[in-house]
Amino acid sequence: MEAIYLLFILLLSIFIGFELIQKVPATLHTPLMSGANAISGITVVGALALAGDETLGEYAMYLGAFAVFLATINVVGGYLVTDRMLAMFKKKQ
Amino acid sequence: MTSNIDLVINFTYVISAALFIFGLKLLGHPSSARKGNLISGIAMLLAIVVTLLDNSIVNFQWIAIAMLAGAVVGFFAARLIAMTDMPEMVSLLNGVGGLASVFVAWATIQSGAGISAFILVVTFLALLIGGVTFSGSIVAWAKLSERITGRAVTFSGQAVVNGIIVLAIVATGYAFVAQPDFALSSTEVLYVALGLSLLFGIMLVLPIGGADMPVVISLLNSYSGLAACAAGFALHNNILIVAGSLVGASGIILTNIMCKAMNRSLSNVLFSGFMAVHKTDMVIEGEVKPLSADDAYYVLEAAQSVVVIPGYGMAVAQAQHVMKELQLQLEENGCEVAYAIHPVAGRMPGHMNVLLAEADVSYEQLFEMDEINKRIENFDVAMVIGANDVVNPAAREMKGSPIYGMPVINADLAKNVFVLKRGMASGFAGIDNPLFFKPNTRMIFGDAKETLGHIVRQFND
Repeated sequence: MEAIYLLFILLLSIFIGFELIQKVPATLHTPLMSGANAISGITVVGALALAGDETLGEYAMYLGAFAVFLATINVVGGYLVTDRMLAMFKKKQ
Repeated sequence: MTSNIDLVINFTYVISAALFIFGLKLLGHPSSARKGNLISGIAMLLAIVVTLLDNSIVNFQWIAIAMLAGAVVGFFAARLIAMTDMPEMVSLLNGVGGLASVFVAWATIQSGAGISAFILVVTFLALLIGGVTFSGSIVAWAKLSERITGRAVTFSGQAVVNGIIVLAIVATGYAFVAQPDFALSSTEVLYVALGLSLLFGIMLVLPIGGADMPVVISLLNSYSGLAACAAGFALHNNILIVAGSLVGASGIILTNIMCKAMNRSLSNVLFSGFMAVHKTDMVIEGEVKPLSADDAYYVLEAAQSVVVIPGYGMAVAQAQHVMKELQLQLEENGCEVAYAIHPVAGRMPGHMNVLLAEADVSYEQLFEMDEINKRIENFDVAMVIGANDVVNPAAREMKGSPIYGMPVINADLAKNVFVLKRGMASGFAGIDNPLFFKPNTRMIFGDAKETLGHIVRQFND
């Protein structure tokens, strides 16, 4: 049953994703992609639980910590570079 | 299971998901986009902070080190990257995102005896998609940065080798799910699965040519989201599923837009490396009429409206800044200046817009292909800078041309066409461009930056 419930969430978020992203103008497609890179860094949330849980064993913790490292690169790098780009988009003076 | 802390965490995830969606909504317009990115960042921060409250997280030492190190790498990458190298940056971030999912899946498998079959399936998927994303992105990055050849790499029997890899992946997947005790106790199965997924990612991107990289980056962008999604299923984590599928949807839409802009299907892009090279015996003949920069100045001085059609060649020549200077001169002279951007003008979706924004060109002056084509006849001058295929009229009028049917900017319909070009080599697709022989076309040979600089100096005098 849990699987069905998760599938529901997946289905609804894919639909809302399609609706929202179709409205992003072509001029913002590069920042959209780097922003998406940042959002996919959400894996950090899953990795944190693995990296900090001592009951899972040392090996799993190290693997989790490395995943935290990688996902943090995505989060920090993605948001900062997107912001850097979006700051350059200016209205006509 | 459902302690108070868990409730707080999951409730915060709901808020976080709402903020992600709201942030993406604000990305619908350039004036609100920066705020949208900030809101999305707040959503991420919220999700991370509240996750750290989790009772099962007891050891913070490695977390702190990993986050600090990741933040430092991310900070410097974001600061130091040149805007021309954004496709490489996005490729690498795609790859890193995929690899993060691989390690989450790996740690999940390592941690657990007694995992249910469902979790094994999704964990295997996270490992597989993540691995393909990682190695595929690295190959795409190497092609983009010209560390390896940009051409399609093929060898005989490639299809057979790929078939064997797919079969082997299915077999290891079966071993995982049907024989979990065996698969979990012997790490060999895991290593084999990981190796196969990495190999498959390489084989997927190698046969794709450099000109098709915009499609590949978009597709891998989507995969990195789907990998996060699969990891979310494995960990029963809602926010991973929501955020991952938003990214997945975004990548798929962009892939579709890129394919349409090149008049190709996705399967054609992915597998065309295997097909025989399409050769046309069509010869386009005509006389090329050169024009000096001095004469171009006189035409531009008299022009009422100019449309600039940039291609990646403009960015390579670093001519966008001097083009902006020329734009100011023209506007002072009472001339209207517009920029027409083809979806595949840069090396990734929207790349050219970022490069022009960097040169301080307002987004209100950037127009999409369809908008400009409607009124291209009204422009006195169309200036084609470093672009070739995206203004090739063969796509419209020459059946049998490899790019026939591709939507292009109809530069040849403007009253005058200036093509700024280094010499008479043909463009990336290796086809001659009949635009160069049109009666209203003048070729201005030389480095685009120098040519434009020369015209700007003429205006100053």
